Amino acid sequence: MTLSVSLHHRFGTFTLDATFDAPPGVTALFGRSGSGKSTVVNAVAGLLHPDRGRISIDGTALLDTETRLNLPPHKRRMGYVFQDARLFPHLTVQQNLAYGQWFAPNSRTTDLPRIADLLGLGPLLPRRPGTLSGGEKQRVAIGRAILSNPRCLLMDEPLAALDEPRKAEILPYLERLRDELALPILYVSHSVAEVARLATTLVLLDAGRVVAAGPAAEVMADPAMVPVMGLREAGAVISARLVDHETDGLSRLETQGGPIWLPHLPGQTGASFRLRILAQDVMLATSRPRDISALNVLQATIDDLHLGDGPGALIRLRMGEEILLARVTRRSVQGLNLSPGVPVFAILKAVSVAQESIGGAA
Amino acid sequence: MFDALSPDEWRAVTLSLRVSLWASVLSLPFGLLTAYALARWNFWGRQVLNGLVHLPLILPPVVTGYLLLLTFGRRGAVGQLLDQWFGVVLAFRWTGAVLAAAVMAFPLMVRAIRLAIEAVDPKLEQAASTLGASRFWVFVTVTLPLILPGILAGTILAFAKAMGEFGATITFVSNIPGQTQTLPSAIYAFLQVPGGDGQAMRLVVVAITVAMAALFLSEWVARAVARRISGQ
Repeated sequence: MTLSVSLHHRFGTFTLDATFDAPPGVTALFGRSGSGKSTVVNAVAGLLHPDRGRISIDGTALLDTETRLNLPPHKRRMGYVFQDARLFPHLTVQQNLAYGQWFAPNSRTTDLPRIADLLGLGPLLPRRPGTLSGGEKQRVAIGRAILSNPRCLLMDEPLAALDEPRKAEILPYLERLRDELALPILYVSHSVAEVARLATTLVLLDAGRVVAAGPAAEVMADPAMVPVMGLREAGAVISARLVDHETDGLSRLETQGGPIWLPHLPGQTGASFRLRILAQDVMLATSRPRDISALNVLQATIDDLHLGDGPGALIRLRMGEEILLARVTRRSVQGLNLSPGVPVFAILKAVSVAQESIGGAA
Repeated sequence: MFDALSPDEWRAVTLSLRVSLWASVLSLPFGLLTAYALARWNFWGRQVLNGLVHLPLILPPVVTGYLLLLTFGRRGAVGQLLDQWFGVVLAFRWTGAVLAAAVMAFPLMVRAIRLAIEAVDPKLEQAASTLGASRFWVFVTVTLPLILPGILAGTILAFAKAMGEFGATITFVSNIPGQTQTLPSAIYAFLQVPGGDGQAMRLVVVAITVAMAALFLSEWVARAVARRISGQ
């Protein structure tokens, strides 16, 4: 199933003009606050009527202003997870979860225990929303949306209201959903870390316009997108496979640029990971460095250079099919004669990959 | 207590209870609809409706009673039609007392329910609609349970107000023992005759008891329901 969105909407001085596709997997709508992300999601859910537009899922239109088609929210079957869980206070967790099942066509009663299990909600079922923590509420809200048997899941910053430990509690569940459900998930976020962990497709919004859209790894590694994402947050996502747990507490992973070692990762040999490597954590050398404390030296070729206005330069590296970003100074670019096609070694400290930017594989 | 009241007094008490019960139950659907319209709908004449609903609260009750008589009396526009088409006569009947009590209690009921509806977060209703509930089902499964304390409070308040209604009732349906003589009318009548103070006093005690019981009941029910829907 693929969700196709094309919207034009004006309110006040703000104009939203967005067209994109969300295939199965997580499509992250990323942008600063006020870039129009929530407007898009509300229009998809049917809570906001845009001036012009067409929204369809697998060719079935939900909204088409040309033919004056506008399905009301309850006929769209979009599972919406709000930032503020919005659980029904007069119902138990079990009843909240079952709420959408009641209205859903061909829902199965066996789904509830399965989803409750997937989200770790079993012990919470008889409780009332008022007694749940923020993270628990959000998990119930996610389960409730899934059990309404939706054609697509909409998540509007579902983690924004939670503190870091709660976020860390929910992220693995979201990864499991992404990998186990064949649904398009439209995920609104302004956190690069969340996007890097979850997104398979990335749509960058800036001032109501789509400035880039495509596979998440490609968009994130596009130096032209750095101003939108923020320089400090610039970085690429690479995939890695766990090869071995070594005796000194490090885990060895295989990437397309060679082996790397990271502090112990949970998981079995053979497990896949997505690693977000920040551009500012990558050093470059034109010959293989020796006598250096950094353990990870990856072989890559310079793909593109992006010189900014300041003293810095952003360099896109290719390792096999994957892309890595490095931020160095312009002086180093000149001193090392870096230019497209030059083979380099990318150096990465084992401890510089933050635990929260290591996610399960898509 | 049964022996404590004379048959006349007893008739006044039971009539008042019956009138108040019917008045509060029959006006509930209208009160709910009016409260919902005032709280949620934007329509032309909303302020006019709001004013009309509150009019009995502000007007002298005798004026409300007189207007009822003009409208629903045998020669009144509506009264004539009711008489001819359905054979229903309200003026000087206990059913008329129900109408008078209902009209007088209506603003209190609408206010209580309207406040409850305005306290419901529309975001919860939006969430229900994205989960597949049509507007009707959103109302039944989300709005209605959440405003239940307000509905109960409004109904019991209307009942208590109806128990005490005097001016409009006596103007519209007079003060006929056994037919339209409600508790307040009976107290008034006893106070008009020499030596009626004792009888009036007994009815005063009954009036106070019923009013207090209604208040306690409404508090208790509202608290129980509020606890249930607070999500604790």
